[in-house]
Amino acid sequence: MNHYLNATTAALQPSGIRKFFDLVATKKNIISLGVGEPDFVTPWTIRESGIFALEQGQTMYTSNAGLIELRQELSKYLSVHMELDYQPEGEILITVGASEAVDLVMRALLAPGDAVLVPEPSYVSYAPCALLAGADVRYIPTTAQHEFRLKAADLEKHYTPNAKLLVLNYPNNPTGAIMTREDLLEIAEFVAAHDLLVLSDEAYADLTYSRQHTSFASLPGMKDRTLYVGSFSKSYAMTGWRIGYLAGHPELLQGMLKIHQYVIMCASRMAQTAALEALRSAEAAKTEMLISYNQRRRFMIEGFRKMGLDCFEPLGAFYIFPSIQKTGLTSDAFVNTLLEEENVAAVAGTAFGPSGEGHIRCSYACSLEQLEEAMNRIERFVQKRFK
Amino acid sequence: MLEQDRELLCLIEQDCRIPPEKLAVLTGLSVDYILEKIQQWEDDKVIVQYRPLINWEKAGQESVSALIEVRVQPQRGAGFDKIAKRIQKFPEVRTVYLMSGGFDLTLIIEGKSMQEVALFVAEKLAPLDHVQSTATHFVLRRYKQNGVEFITEDETPQRQAVWP
Repeated sequence: MNHYLNATTAALQPSGIRKFFDLVATKKNIISLGVGEPDFVTPWTIRESGIFALEQGQTMYTSNAGLIELRQELSKYLSVHMELDYQPEGEILITVGASEAVDLVMRALLAPGDAVLVPEPSYVSYAPCALLAGADVRYIPTTAQHEFRLKAADLEKHYTPNAKLLVLNYPNNPTGAIMTREDLLEIAEFVAAHDLLVLSDEAYADLTYSRQHTSFASLPGMKDRTLYVGSFSKSYAMTGWRIGYLAGHPELLQGMLKIHQYVIMCASRMAQTAALEALRSAEAAKTEMLISYNQRRRFMIEGFRKMGLDCFEPLGAFYIFPSIQKTGLTSDAFVNTLLEEENVAAVAGTAFGPSGEGHIRCSYACSLEQLEEAMNRIERFVQKRFK
Repeated sequence: MLEQDRELLCLIEQDCRIPPEKLAVLTGLSVDYILEKIQQWEDDKVIVQYRPLINWEKAGQESVSALIEVRVQPQRGAGFDKIAKRIQKFPEVRTVYLMSGGFDLTLIIEGKSMQEVALFVAEKLAPLDHVQSTATHFVLRRYKQNGVEFITEDETPQRQAVWP
């Protein structure tokens, strides 16, 4: 039946992680560092408000843009935490996770002949969404040498005149890299000079360590050029609720709202109610999780460095992206053999683009006990390769 | 209080058996700093004691707990302190709080049987000078204690094994 699929869908590559997932599924008693979601259950106060919403019979559609109370609360949150000024009316749209927001931005802005600049290693959704919108993808390699931060010089080198949109994803999945204000200013200058728009996926904005997060749209002149994508998934451990949001210039957002209203109508009311509770009462729970991630992060850095592997310090998200080049294995060979020999699952850096070669992505969103056991096994595995 | 010290104390409170070397890795503080801090907290009685939280019921040891509301006559010059100190000396008394509201002290008493607790109230507590009345409430089931859930459902997250 394949011939019924349209050419774009047929040409779309299945996620590189899929094959590995199937392999992992055949194994028992594995420790997985391959999971891109919190190990915490959603804080109780948030869950309880979702339950209450159902008990109250809050089961109807909301407005297309989402509950106004939630947008009002988000407007405050963005102002206090991100130094951003977005009006609840017309400048914020509640979406089904950040994923929908990414798709909306791509579909509303791009047309065949346009190009999207995607720094890589990159989260797996940007390129497929761009391709589905008919656009070309131009990858911008980033390297461990610069701690996987995007440099204006790299943009310059790989720029194409038909580029319309630049994707930024900091704190970054898969590398854990962040961008400082100075880093971003350099990019902002490039964006303005080349009349680009920016999709800034800041799903991990609340998870930064040691440094305050700088939101791209808060830089001078960048608000109108930026489509801000936010999420409740990582900050509040709400991945399965599927709730995120999009903020941007009202005229652009109006276009995205049109797609949203015909395709999705509105995000789940129960999830919106729970998200509202998250913003109002879960600050302490969020901070507790952040402290815990930070402890695990330090444990992982120390562990990999002790093994003798090069590992830059990731200052965001909950990923660590060590170099495994010293073992002489490719990323793919490393993760496959590690799974085979030690029952530990990590994701090959190449699943996120060719610049990920020589690296593996380990998520430290696991209990400390699990991380300790996993690191013992990885150390044993690595030592054998060093001989 | 420094944020780093608070974090350190929280870790110790969750599990006081974590060795200083591991505490150092988790917090990014030096082992020397941590040892010095712990010593200081022990000296200052910030860390009062190291003891496990035991679910005696699970251990097969039957015991009975009761929460007792006590009304007392405050004493001139000493308020509630004198009587509270007198009461807290009894080994059966695990906890003593001074309360706002309709009564004065809350005690948590532990004994081997209801009879033992009742006897303690009748013979030791109630007859004390300045104790005006007591109301005894026996604990039927312990759901949560010291922030730890005793009766839990399995909340192991059903996560996908690998996810982008």
